[in-house]
Amino acid sequence: MIWVDTILQGVLLGGLYALFAAGLSLVFGIMRLVNLAHGDLIVLAAYLILGVTTLLGLHPFLAVFLAVPLMFGIGYALQLGVLNRVLGDDILPPLLVTFGLSIVLQNVLLETASADSRRLPAGETAVEALNLGPVTVGLLPFLTFASAIAVIAALQYLFYRTAMGRAFRAVSDDPVTASLMGIRPASVFALATGIAMVVVTIAALYLGMRATFDPAIGPSRLIYAFEAVIIGGLGSLWGTLAGGVVIGVAQTVGAAINPEWQILAGHVAFLVVLLIRPRGLFPRAVD
Amino acid sequence: MTALLETSGLKAGYGDFQALWGVDITLAEGGCAAIIGANGAGKTTLMRAITGVLPCAPGMVRLDGAKIGGQSVDAIAKLGIAMVPEGRKLFPSLSVEENLRIGAYAGRSGPWTLEAVFELFPILREKRAVPGTSLSGGQQQMVAIGRALMANPRVLLCDEISLGLAPVVIRDIYKALPRIREAGASVIVVEQDIAQAMAVADEVHCMIEGRITLSGAPGDLSRDDIHAAYFGVAET
Repeated sequence: MIWVDTILQGVLLGGLYALFAAGLSLVFGIMRLVNLAHGDLIVLAAYLILGVTTLLGLHPFLAVFLAVPLMFGIGYALQLGVLNRVLGDDILPPLLVTFGLSIVLQNVLLETASADSRRLPAGETAVEALNLGPVTVGLLPFLTFASAIAVIAALQYLFYRTAMGRAFRAVSDDPVTASLMGIRPASVFALATGIAMVVVTIAALYLGMRATFDPAIGPSRLIYAFEAVIIGGLGSLWGTLAGGVVIGVAQTVGAAINPEWQILAGHVAFLVVLLIRPRGLFPRAVD
Repeated sequence: MTALLETSGLKAGYGDFQALWGVDITLAEGGCAAIIGANGAGKTTLMRAITGVLPCAPGMVRLDGAKIGGQSVDAIAKLGIAMVPEGRKLFPSLSVEENLRIGAYAGRSGPWTLEAVFELFPILREKRAVPGTSLSGGQQQMVAIGRALMANPRVLLCDEISLGLAPVVIRDIYKALPRIREAGASVIVVEQDIAQAMAVADEVHCMIEGRITLSGAPGDLSRDDIHAAYFGVAET
């Protein structure tokens, strides 16, 4: 029974990693941009939620509603003002710029928020539990996983069922021909990054309520996000959820065997998947 | 009467390579012009300059007398210039129906709707759910034309729509042209097939090496004139 419980906790943890990864996957899928500052943007969003929580005395679940439009605006402006200028046939300039952005964000946060570990005050929500027959799960991990499914279902709907999603896919296929249809690729990219930042803010909400954060933890969140995207297969949103779950389960099982193995087990699982299926579990067509 | 679309002294190129050396063509409202010429004559470059894919000076392209040269591609598309690009360029991630619907992105209203395109090319209705790129060449060309029509364009640019297609398929596709003109679009077709161009156009322009070497109504041009203009052979 303990194993069922361990695996279930791992699956739920995977929801958090899928939330980390979904925004990264979206941006990469549409503009082939690898955003190395993705993890730091998650941390930035966590501080933003914390700021709103402290200033207005709101519960993080309410504060996030103020942080979401802010982060959308930051993403939109970042793409329009900075990242669009470096997108092109060469993939190196955007990598360098987002790498630099990552360092800038870490240091700005260090200057303004100090190196102290912080946590979003979740109150009772953090400790409540749900009794599901033979196993008990924490309310927070349960909400995290439910949010991950909701976010991915929403992105999937947006991508494949709406006019905006059609424009996203068309620009991703061929920006020049898309602009002949009256689509402005620069605006589509800005919108996509804005949406990715909305997902980032939701990820930050659960990250900050689940554990402490400080300005330096961004890059390791980026690694988990990368691994989830690659395990799932580039461009597949549900694959990203599966990728998150693989890492989450590997980590909790690893930790159950020996607590020192938790992080390592997640990375090993990633390498094993790469070894067996180099293109991920659910690769979307050829790219 | 002012021309609907007019290029004057249009020069454009790729970096240091100049491909167009002062091209003047006019398209009357409701008219159909054909651009003929061999490979590398600059026909596609001309289309790319008109649609804004290649930069040019503002006064070099005019729509209804207004300078539109060098505007962004999406801005020119919204003004009602739609292109059927060479090689069709369907979006592989989109189904046939989605490829058509995305043509309407510019949000121009007019006679062309999904239903109207399906009436023009009934085969597309059957294939609406499959990926655009899984169709035969001729059907893909129909999608590309339908996609451009969905923008309800004032000017429809067709770049080599017969390229690589069987004669019977080309005939089917050109059969749609009168309906397209009746619905209100003025058309420029780029063709390598001289006979096809002469049959559909009311004005023919022949290009060699980035210049127009001959212009006129098909009835006024002799075979020899065209032969000379097409191949650049000196008249004797």
